Amino acid sequence: MSNKLNYSMSLANSYGLSKSQKIASAIGILGLFIFLLAIFNIQFPDRGIVLTVALLLIAIGTVWFANNAYLNTTEGIKNDGVWFKSISSRGLIGWLTGLVLTGFYIVLYFFPELLGLTEKGEANTGLIALFDPLSRILSGNPASQWFVYGTLYTLAILAFGYKFILKYRHNRYEKIRTGSVMFFQLAFAFLIPEFMARLNSDSFSLPYYDLKNIWPLNYYNFEQYRVNSMISAGDIGTGLLIFGIVSIFVITPILTYKYGKRWYCSWVCGCGALAETAGDSFRQLSDKSQFAWKVERWVIHSVLVFVVLMTTAVVHSYLGVDSTKYWLTKGTFLILVASLLTIVFVGAFVFKRKELAKDAKYGAIGYFVIIIALFALYYFSSKSNLFLFKPETLRKTYGFLIGSIFSGVIGTGFYPIFGSRVWCRFGCPMAAILGFQQRLFSKFRITTNGGQCISCGNCSTYCEMGIDVRAYAQKGENIVRSSCVGCGICSAVCPRGVLKLENDNMDGRINPNEILLGNDVNLMDLINQK
Amino acid sequence: MEHVVIIGNGISGVTLARHIRKLSDKKITIISAETDYFFSRTALMYVYMGHLKFEHTQPYENWFWEKNKINLKKGYVNTIDTDTKTLHFTKGDTITYDKLVIATGSKPNKFGWPGQDLKGVQGLYSKQNLDNLEVVAPNNQVCKRAVIVGGGLIGIELAEMLNSRNIPVTFLVRESSFWNGVLPEGESEMINRHIKNHHIDLRLSTNLKEIISDENGKVKSIIIEETGEELPCDFVGLTAGVSPNISFLEDSKIKTNKGVLVNRYLETNVKDVYAIGDCAEQKEAIGNRRPVEAVWYTGRMMGEVLAQTMCGNSMQYNPGHWFNSAKFLDIEYQTYGWVFGSKGRPDYETHFHWKHNDDTKCITIAYHKDTKEFLGINTFGIRMRHETFDNWLTEKRDVDYVINHLAEANFDPEFYKHFEKDIKLAYNNQLQTA
Repeated sequence: MSNKLNYSMSLANSYGLSKSQKIASAIGILGLFIFLLAIFNIQFPDRGIVLTVALLLIAIGTVWFANNAYLNTTEGIKNDGVWFKSISSRGLIGWLTGLVLTGFYIVLYFFPELLGLTEKGEANTGLIALFDPLSRILSGNPASQWFVYGTLYTLAILAFGYKFILKYRHNRYEKIRTGSVMFFQLAFAFLIPEFMARLNSDSFSLPYYDLKNIWPLNYYNFEQYRVNSMISAGDIGTGLLIFGIVSIFVITPILTYKYGKRWYCSWVCGCGALAETAGDSFRQLSDKSQFAWKVERWVIHSVLVFVVLMTTAVVHSYLGVDSTKYWLTKGTFLILVASLLTIVFVGAFVFKRKELAKDAKYGAIGYFVIIIALFALYYFSSKSNLFLFKPETLRKTYGFLIGSIFSGVIGTGFYPIFGSRVWCRFGCPMAAILGFQQRLFSKFRITTNGGQCISCGNCSTYCEMGIDVRAYAQKGENIVRSSCVGCGICSAVCPRGVLKLENDNMDGRINPNEILLGNDVNLMDLINQK
Repeated sequence: MEHVVIIGNGISGVTLARHIRKLSDKKITIISAETDYFFSRTALMYVYMGHLKFEHTQPYENWFWEKNKINLKKGYVNTIDTDTKTLHFTKGDTITYDKLVIATGSKPNKFGWPGQDLKGVQGLYSKQNLDNLEVVAPNNQVCKRAVIVGGGLIGIELAEMLNSRNIPVTFLVRESSFWNGVLPEGESEMINRHIKNHHIDLRLSTNLKEIISDENGKVKSIIIEETGEELPCDFVGLTAGVSPNISFLEDSKIKTNKGVLVNRYLETNVKDVYAIGDCAEQKEAIGNRRPVEAVWYTGRMMGEVLAQTMCGNSMQYNPGHWFNSAKFLDIEYQTYGWVFGSKGRPDYETHFHWKHNDDTKCITIAYHKDTKEFLGINTFGIRMRHETFDNWLTEKRDVDYVINHLAEANFDPEFYKHFEKDIKLAYNNQLQTA
């Protein structure tokens, strides 16, 4: 047999687009084309109308496409031809899309002047100018490249969210969950911060604050300029600052204990929202190999360590030394951080020792030793720099490497190559913290249905986080992985109804059954006794 | 070191090998002529449909076998000499064993239809079948119409596959209703309607008379027995069941009937030779089970049990309560315990049937008409928890208990609508009117 067949580069040609889908695609692309014209500084007579038309064309194109693709079929999983389509199987269109997206991110992060950003005080040009009318309506200010990005991001989540809902319209969990991410993106990430900006005046200033964006994902939240602006904004600002801290230490752990990290990663988070909607066509591309899993664990936890050090250094850099002026001094702060890390570390080792894999232990000990050593080094040295590096260097490095390159350029730009959750899986420090909580202290797990698994591989293939779900399902073992974002697709695509996302007691959460239901009870007893 | 040789790298053989490795350090060799590595046969359909690549159907990464010291040998066993404990391959090489396990699975049934060996006529069982299908039915230009003969689980999967590539399908089913040899009436009829909703040309009570060849020895059309109608087509799928794949044992001393005859320890008549999975035939049937069960789950269980026996913990194959599952296009099906269709139903078995208005969900609960003991359940479009029903069957609960506690067994995803109240209401109404 030819090599082609082995790789499913099938001879199939019935998966092309229908006529309606082609027209719908053309309409959407026309909308994008208007943006392209704007980038090249074509002068439009009425920017408000042109912008509306462009946004509408994209929305209509996507909705029409989705209607045509899904409403003509019966309700149910229809992944037909996913691996034959160029865009969703790392074909030419997939690579081109990846290139365009990556290019867009590079321009957005590093060359915003190409989009029309100008010096302070000057009027925008190009694409950014096109978005000025909308920005003025919402916040009263002219647009920035981030406003352009935010608008397009929200539009993508809404339009592709609609597509997602149609695709999974037989599945109520997916419909409600998608409604949730669409709402949080539109309201919390997009509209509310704009309205908050409207409140700002010369005497009152709030930072642009997506309330659901929690540290460490929101790694800049405790930088000096933000903290200053919040404190100077009186009670509201102080409230926001306290809310930011409470989110980390109280709200997040409680919700994760009750529902797993999915409450955030696949119901609220904006990164997750884009991955689940616009990224849905690419979820099957994530790498499921054991090697990828090993890389993932080291990389994501390294990012977490990095962000902890960076934030500590930055906060430390602007705190005072004099305890009579303010209770939180450099020294107190460092002691607090070190104590917290020690409590978490010791707690996990004392109570959850058995659940930690060997490499997890080594990794944790290694990082813990490094962090504490750095603290010690600081105390016993000249105290000029915390952690050997200047805080500003650390912050810039983090912002560049993680904030820009990883989360934007690679995280989203490479959707068509590495799947939709590259950032969430390998890079997001928030996902690492929530994952730690989920793995060790959560009621959440995915249960398997006795002996009904046929090892078909749909669950693993469509896991965007690259979890080899099948490996657990075919053993009848509950899945309690820290990376699981609870999107529920494994359960949806399972043709035998084997998987279910559940919140239940901590007891019996981990059940390493050696033998499945089906054989007589004695045999099961025998095996489980061992 | 004892050498265990397993012929067949399907779920039975591979499960056996894995469990022997867990329990011992015996030398293990798995032989297959089909593929280099184990794959999930039941997932072949998803490769054709473009949901998966073939490599996704392989549950273990390729390094797994070497790491676990399980030797894989590609080759087709021609004959077995049990006196010298030697296997002879078609290529002339040989291999010796200390213990031999036959796990060669099934092959599609052919009933002697004229033209059944033409090009474009095949079953759907092996990787090679799938590769062939890709050649003869890659799209609806090459294959303008497909005919499927036989109305079982593989038949409907094949129909779904072809349908996914917009190839028009005519589905010939001998029975008066789809799979009604197994499914009770209400369910079978619901599936009939579901098949037709997918624009599949379902012909019930229809038999194949012959397959007509064109000048190149390729299928051109088929003729229907009842009407004499000639139906032009480019592909004929034969899915009228499977039978044990054991023709290579003909000249051996191993006793066979339909399959390789085994006792409850899965031993054949020859010492140190065992058989498991689809190709094994129980000398005496176990409970309501058929002597040959060509089911994924039973193959896996046999592998688990035989590993115990071969590693010094002699153990009978003693399957627990019957269960199975399937998917009919968009409708998931699960069954626990025994629910019989009209054929072969014991006199004491009576049914409660509930169907949702949307015509995609129903359940049938079988119970003893005198003692009311719960015997089994079929569910369509509602997922049920295996463990719960396993317990209820062991505890011999009555039907009222099952109806009243149905919510405990629900395995649907969160936020799904529940129908336990409707079901209970229907059950109570039925009792009042009965």
